[in-house]
Amino acid sequence: MDSENLVSMQDVSLKFGDRVILDSINIEIPRGKVTTIMGPSGTGKTTALRLIGGQIRPQAGTIMVDGLSVTKLKRKELYELRKRMGMMFQSGALFTDLSVFENVAFPLREHTELSESMIRDIVVMKLHAVGLRGARDLLPSELSGGMARRVALARAIALDPMMILYDEPFTGQDPITVGVIMELIRKLNDSLGLTSIVVSHDVAEVSKISDKLYIISNGKVIESGSPTELQESSSEWVQQFLHGRPDGPAKFHYPANDYAEDLISHAK
Amino acid sequence: MQNKLTSPIQSVGRKTIGSIQRLGRGGLFLFSTLVAFPGLIKEFSLVLKQIYSVGVLSMQIIIVSGLTVGMVLGLQGYNTLVDFGAEESLGQMVALSLVREMGPVLTALLFAGRAGSALTAEIGLMKVTEQLPAMQMMAVDPYKKVIAPRFVAGLIAMPLLAAMFSAVGIIGGYIVGVGLLGVDGGAFWSQMTSKVDLYDDILNGVIKSIVFGWVAVWIAVYEGYDAVPTTEGVSRATTRTVVNTAFAVLGLDFILTALMFGGV
Repeated sequence: MDSENLVSMQDVSLKFGDRVILDSINIEIPRGKVTTIMGPSGTGKTTALRLIGGQIRPQAGTIMVDGLSVTKLKRKELYELRKRMGMMFQSGALFTDLSVFENVAFPLREHTELSESMIRDIVVMKLHAVGLRGARDLLPSELSGGMARRVALARAIALDPMMILYDEPFTGQDPITVGVIMELIRKLNDSLGLTSIVVSHDVAEVSKISDKLYIISNGKVIESGSPTELQESSSEWVQQFLHGRPDGPAKFHYPANDYAEDLISHAK
Repeated sequence: MQNKLTSPIQSVGRKTIGSIQRLGRGGLFLFSTLVAFPGLIKEFSLVLKQIYSVGVLSMQIIIVSGLTVGMVLGLQGYNTLVDFGAEESLGQMVALSLVREMGPVLTALLFAGRAGSALTAEIGLMKVTEQLPAMQMMAVDPYKKVIAPRFVAGLIAMPLLAAMFSAVGIIGGYIVGVGLLGVDGGAFWSQMTSKVDLYDDILNGVIKSIVFGWVAVWIAVYEGYDAVPTTEGVSRATTRTVVNTAFAVLGLDFILTALMFGGV
C-alpha cells in the first residue's frame, strides 16, 4: 500500500463509443492535501472524479483508493469504500423533498445506529461548520446556489470521510460565495485531516487553495505540479489556459474550411 | 447513391437494435428492482408515502371518470336494451362492462396519465439534479430508496383504483338507469348480483388490473430511470411513459381477454 498517495490512477483509459475521454492518464493524489484537476470544459475532469468514486469503470488501467483497487471491488465493498468518501456535486444534489437538516442527517440515518439526539447534535455541528446552523429547517428550494453547496458539503462530511471530491464547486457563484467555499475547502481539509480533490477550471481560485494541480486536456495530463511550478511552465498551452488567452495553441476557431473559399462558394 | 439505398435499411436495423437494447435494459432494471423488494419490509413507511402520492392523489380523477363512464354506460345501455324490453338487465350490462374491461383498462390509462407521468418526471428530474448519483456516492442504493418503494406502491394502488373505478361506475349506472330512466331498482341489483360471477368476471378483472398495474408502473419508473438527464430528455421520457403504457395495456388487454373469455 502506498501510504503517501491516497488515490493513484495509473494508465487509465476510458472511451464512450468512439470518443476517447481519458487516454492513459496517471494521477497521484497525495494524502492530506488539496489537489485540483483543471482543464477546459468537456475534457473528462468530472469523469475522473466519477472513476475515483467507482461510478464508472475504465476500459484500461488501475485506480487505487486507500490501497483498494476500485475497479476490482465488488458492489458491497465499493459501497463500504464510498462511506469513507464524500462528494459535493456541482448542483449540490440535495434531496428536494427533505429539509436541510434531514439532508445532512440522511447518511447518518442510513449508515449508523445512532440515537436521534446524537444525530441531531452531529447535524448541528456539521451545519455549524459550514455556517448554516440557522438554516436547518429550510427546504432546498429556499436556498441560494451557494447555500445549497454548503449544505451539500455538510452532508458530505457527515460521516467523517477520509476524502472529499468536489465537482466544480465555484461554477456560477458570486465572488463572496466563491470566497466562502474556497475557505471551507481549505479549512475543512486541514482541520479534519481530509484529502480533497477539486475539479475546477477557475484558475485563480484553485491556485490559492491547492497544494498540487493537474491540467488535463483532450484526455491527457498536460502538466502537473504546485501552483508556482505551473505558473513557470514552459508549455505555451498551459500559459494560454492559466491566463485565459482567447487564441494560442488552443484555437479560437472551430475547425472549418478556408474562410475566403467559404464566402466565395456561397456567392456562386 | 449507395448510401441513399441502404440508409432506410440501416435505420430500420438501428431502431430494432435500439428497441431490443431498451427492452434488455428494462429487464435488468426490473430484476434490480425485484431484488430490492425484501429491503422494503424494514422501511415500509417509504412505500406508504408513495401510496399516498401515487394512489390517494389519483383518486379524484378515478372517481370522477368512473362515475361519468358508468353514467354513459347506463344511458347507452338503456337505449339498446329497451328495444328488446330487457332494460332490467341494465345492472348486469353496466357491471360486466366495468368489471371485465372498462375498470382495469381505463384505470390503467388514467393511472399512466396521472401517476405514471409524475413518477417518470420525478425520477428523471432526480437524475438531472444528480440526486441519484449523489445517493450512490453516499453508498445508498437508489433501487432500494427510490425505485422499489414507488414500484410497490403502484402495484398496490392500481388494483384498488380499478376496483374503485368499477364500484363508482356501477353507482353512476344506477343513478342514470334507476334514478333518471326509471329502471326498477330491485331488478337492477338482482340481475347484477345473479349474473356477475365472482371467479369468471370479478377475479379476471382483478387479474387484469394487477397485470396492467405491473406494466404501467414498470414503464413509468423505468422511463424515469433511463431518461437522458436533460430537460428535453425528461420531457420525452414522460411522453413515452404515457404512450407506451397505452399501447402495452391495450395490447395486453386483447391477449388477456382472449385467454379469459375467448373460449366462452
